Amino acid sequence: MRGKEGHTATLFKKDSLTLDSGATLSPVNVGYETYGTLNTGRTNAVLICHALTGDQYVASTHPITGKPGWWERIVGPGKLLDTDKYFVVCSNVLGSCLGTTGPWEINEVTGQPWGLDFPVITIRDMVKVQAALLDFLGVGSLMAVIGGSMGGMQTLEWLTTYPERLHSAVVLASAARHTAQNIAFHEVGRQAVMADPNWHGGTYYNEDSKPDKGLAVARMTAHITYLSEDALTKKFGRNLQARDAVTFGFDADFQVESYLRYQGSAFVDRFDANSYLYITRAMDYLDIARRYDGRLADAFKAAAHVRCCVISFSSDWLYPTLENKTIAHAMNAAGVPVSFAEIDSPHGHDAFLLDEPEMDQMLDGFIAAAAKSRGLPS
Amino acid sequence: MTKSLRPDLQLIADLIKPNSRVLDVGCADGALLNYLVNKKQVDGRGLELSQQGVNACVAKGLFVIQGDADNDLHEYPDNSFDYVVLSKTLQAVHRPRDVLVNLLRIGKRAVVTIPNFGQWRVRLSLLRRGRMPVTKELDKAWYNTDNIHFCTIHDLFDLIEAEGLTVKEFVPHTKAGKKLSMSRTRANWTADQGLFLLEK
Repeated sequence: MRGKEGHTATLFKKDSLTLDSGATLSPVNVGYETYGTLNTGRTNAVLICHALTGDQYVASTHPITGKPGWWERIVGPGKLLDTDKYFVVCSNVLGSCLGTTGPWEINEVTGQPWGLDFPVITIRDMVKVQAALLDFLGVGSLMAVIGGSMGGMQTLEWLTTYPERLHSAVVLASAARHTAQNIAFHEVGRQAVMADPNWHGGTYYNEDSKPDKGLAVARMTAHITYLSEDALTKKFGRNLQARDAVTFGFDADFQVESYLRYQGSAFVDRFDANSYLYITRAMDYLDIARRYDGRLADAFKAAAHVRCCVISFSSDWLYPTLENKTIAHAMNAAGVPVSFAEIDSPHGHDAFLLDEPEMDQMLDGFIAAAAKSRGLPS
Repeated sequence: MTKSLRPDLQLIADLIKPNSRVLDVGCADGALLNYLVNKKQVDGRGLELSQQGVNACVAKGLFVIQGDADNDLHEYPDNSFDYVVLSKTLQAVHRPRDVLVNLLRIGKRAVVTIPNFGQWRVRLSLLRRGRMPVTKELDKAWYNTDNIHFCTIHDLFDLIEAEGLTVKEFVPHTKAGKKLSMSRTRANWTADQGLFLLEK
């Protein structure tokens, strides 16, 4: 749909991609960015997996919003993920809308945008596309795969699906399955999109207006789940928005209302409503243990050689510590060398994107040790 | 590359066979684990409560899960380690008996060290002052100490016997980590610390 500024690879041209649903896709376009240089031994590649509404612009300016990359704090020359040392790859996930094939793209069979004819995808499908992109880039195995939130889910599926291609893996604020509460919040978001009359059953691409209102409400709801009650109270309390008293009406009297409305309206400029439906669905379908008769540890048995690091945040109620610790204990039971910590933070789920010195320290130590054991110069 | 180990940790390290799998419960900054990994080619894992400790371990390239003996040991599978080490921590857990049993469920052997509350200075302090002893090693008052289940060398022997466990080695030692060769009873008077190598 947009984002033509970045790199795009066209994959699965000859052999189509078979999805978990059984449907096939061919070809598959992938929007991606790379930073740094692949070394001659091809041992310094790092894949970063983005979250639900993230994108490949991890350390470069977003083509639509003009904002800096979403993890520039961590990724760049001389930074924690030092692009002078590592070849960092980040791609837009399957089903998303910044250069990668998704419901917004033209279905070559009909000549029309896919809309809801686009097949339902899973987190593992996203990972299969990333693996094909790495083949295309000449990357055999990864020094590290790293992701937070949905990016962490992709990291987990990398461990189950391509363990032989991994040296280390980092999972931040994530989960190996979606709980009823996780699914419930996503369903509210989807229903908001579908209740927007401009949605037109998902065929809005040729219309004058898009389901912006529905998508904005979906984003507002989701955004609440990314923060903690404490963070909201500290940031806004009951403060009023540019007024001295409540107006006895339904304007955004409170700062928190104004903030959420802004978050919602800014989001629709950079995201496709159908992509939001498909990606939230992929997350809801995640239940890794289910494929292993309910034993999560069995999912990681083939990954016993991969150095792993799992981090949760104390105020994250979306993917709380228990979900993350379950992952760490399952890995441990499978013989995977894993480190885990719960970082004390007031910032809720979003903490993984923010300046958290304890997280940085742990990540830095983990990455440096992983690079050293990979034989990379320090 | 590896600094010399604190003498009391060295006593533990000396009991551990090379190339074994070791879980260090309450591994602090990973000094013992790091030594075992580098000098004895051990496959080592840690459990540590403090973020500072976890970060120090991870920076050394060690693998450590944030947690504690009371709450996390049950997550570890049976017989998944050759040794489980619990150094000067038993007196700080809520359920010492459960922890002791868990150590030997997870590991083929357990290495447990305790500060000996039966040591004569401690006894004398209680006798003379009539107040709970506060020593250099155990320097907090009774109301804010982490050490909630103090025991003596005799006490631990009793528990070990009650649980039907076997003491393979008993190494009473001083604070400085100097081994003391003496009977159990004399050690209960003299040793600052007791080290036990246990089996089922």
